[in-house]
Amino acid sequence: MEVFLVSLLNGLVYGMLLFMLSSGLTLIFSMMGVLNFAHASAYMLGAYFAFTISLYVGFWPALILAPLLCGLIGAAIEMYGLRRVHKNGHIAELLFTFGLALIIEKCVQMTWGLVAVPYRVPAGLDFPLFSVYGTNFHAYRAFMLLISALMFVSIWLALTRTRVGLIIQASLTHPEMVGALGHNVPRVFTLVFAGGTALAGLAGVIGGNYQVTEPSMAFAMGPIVFVVVVFGGLGSLTGCFIASLLMGLIQTFAIVLDYSLADLLKQLGITITSSTPFAEVLSVPLPRIGALLPYILLVLILLVKPRGLMGTRDT
Amino acid sequence: MRRKLGLIPAAMAAAGSLGFGAAALAQGTIKIAYTDPLSGPFAQVGDSNLKQFQYILDYINSKGGALGKKFEIVPFDNKSQPSDALLALKSATDQNMPFIMQCSGSNIAAALIEAVDKHNERNPDNRIIYVNCGAVATELTNEKCSFWHFRFDIHAAMKAETMVRALPKDVTKIYLLNQDYLFGQSVQRDVKEFLKKLRPDVQVVGDELIPLGKVKDFSPYVTKIKAAGAQALITGNWGPDMSLLIKAGMDAGLDIRYYTMYAHLTGGPTAIGPGGDGKVRAIMPFSENIAVEEKNAEVEAWTKAFRDKHSFDFYAAGFRTIFEFLQAGVTKAGAVDATKIAYALEGLEMKDFLGHPAIIRKGDHQILSNYYVGVFKKGVKYDSEKTGLGWATEATVTAKDLDQPSTCKMKRPK
Repeated sequence: MEVFLVSLLNGLVYGMLLFMLSSGLTLIFSMMGVLNFAHASAYMLGAYFAFTISLYVGFWPALILAPLLCGLIGAAIEMYGLRRVHKNGHIAELLFTFGLALIIEKCVQMTWGLVAVPYRVPAGLDFPLFSVYGTNFHAYRAFMLLISALMFVSIWLALTRTRVGLIIQASLTHPEMVGALGHNVPRVFTLVFAGGTALAGLAGVIGGNYQVTEPSMAFAMGPIVFVVVVFGGLGSLTGCFIASLLMGLIQTFAIVLDYSLADLLKQLGITITSSTPFAEVLSVPLPRIGALLPYILLVLILLVKPRGLMGTRDT
Repeated sequence: MRRKLGLIPAAMAAAGSLGFGAAALAQGTIKIAYTDPLSGPFAQVGDSNLKQFQYILDYINSKGGALGKKFEIVPFDNKSQPSDALLALKSATDQNMPFIMQCSGSNIAAALIEAVDKHNERNPDNRIIYVNCGAVATELTNEKCSFWHFRFDIHAAMKAETMVRALPKDVTKIYLLNQDYLFGQSVQRDVKEFLKKLRPDVQVVGDELIPLGKVKDFSPYVTKIKAAGAQALITGNWGPDMSLLIKAGMDAGLDIRYYTMYAHLTGGPTAIGPGGDGKVRAIMPFSENIAVEEKNAEVEAWTKAFRDKHSFDFYAAGFRTIFEFLQAGVTKAGAVDATKIAYALEGLEMKDFLGHPAIIRKGDHQILSNYYVGVFKKGVKYDSEKTGLGWATEATVTAKDLDQPSTCKMKRPK
């Protein structure tokens, strides 16, 4: 019970961080049909901007300023880059964002160095908030949960309860019709791209000091974010939310549960010995393949339900 | 794609040092290629090592270098990849460097030993010595031992024995957590072996291997350690794998003893923080407070001068012993010739930089010198990373205590 509760909290924190990162991407992906490889780079930029800004004016202004900066960069990328490349089809867009991710990584290395920067949790949130069976739950984790929950609610409200949200939703499925009705669809695209990038930046601000702020953080986070987006389904914020939490919990619980396939087979009455074929693979404990599980799920869902969990369109 | 792109700067650096090489050769420096992660998750380790090496080399050179020549260190980033370390080796041998030095990653060390062996066999007039300053998987000076490989750090089994001996009598439940590669597996195996031999009363309540450099949040592991009811954690983790683990433990309020091999390196003290007073131990060849404890004024002044100049601790001051061995080896060999230097180094006995006896064992080229079990606590003269806490010596093991047998069957060249 103790392990279960603490792991549940750990999984929630990680899952919500994933959600913050992938919610922007899912909107961008479903609207423009482009897997934006540079999305995790915005996450990295957010962390680095926050680090630099917090050196001068502290963490709280950085919490606002860094995502805004990321959003501006996102808007510029969309207006001056993606929109031109868009004419040449999806492959060109894909390669464009891929190149961008590499360029951003190099720029970060040149600006902030190859070594991790000392971006720390603000002193005001650096204390144990409460304790579950003797394990402290840090205030900063609670803060991360709070921010991401607020974000989920506000995006959901904005998308479903405001005019802008309606237009965005309409542009997702019927861009020509929305254009014909006199709305500036390219501007909606820019808005969504900038918004998505800003969200990734926000995730970087609060994820960078929770984890480590270093130049390889974008490439470390990139693949799992794609898994979340594809698994959750295109254009579905709820799907993305469920997928994020699921991946967070799976990865956390995989570490805690010390079982292997061999244990499972034993329950079914089959005992694995060293002479059984694939004994090595079958007896690998779950914690050692935990990081792999999301990708296994990705492959499975693409085989069984290509639209993802709650997707309404094909990939 | 990404790897290939990363090679360009490495190639440029190599080309750059090639240009310098010609000039340096004219002045006749003795070059040491240093290859370690200077980018990627473990960059901090290589980067701070390099800065400390440069300070130590300045000192060695001010003492006259060797044979009237100065030592020079040439860095090559290997991104924690064996393949990149082999590229560094290629550049080093292309420039006729007599030494290649590497500290971090036993998997890389194993690749280097093999490559250096092959290279030296094929190129008798352009041989190179591999100076191992911290890759400590036990097999590297046992099954995999080589004449060209000199290890200047005690190996995992020696560290494991020291740790097991340092366990207090009332600790009977321990948890093992190590990195899933050659070194971590070596620690895992060696600690268990010594527990069986020296402390059969101790129960291993958890035994975990984690992917190297991939885990960013150790909280799930901390939950597991706590649930297992461990009284002490033994880990060989280094770099972020060590500091993030300890940080997660401290944040969660995990109240156990931490027995580490590398908590004294960069990032460790910050991760422990003031909350970890008296909880964390590490095995080290040196800490700045050892000079104070041993009343060695010369070493204290020398390490303090580094601190005044740099913003970080001088934990690698013990590497001065390595360079003093190289200095003595080259001088004894009478020529900058890898074969002669290697023969001069094996069995060489001298004082380490704190004045204690040290020897490179002839049988396996493993150094034996004084090591210390330090505990991180308040009330020491020199604190670490501005935490207010620092390392105090809890136990000292001498070269003689560490003398474990080796199974090395060394092949010596002519």
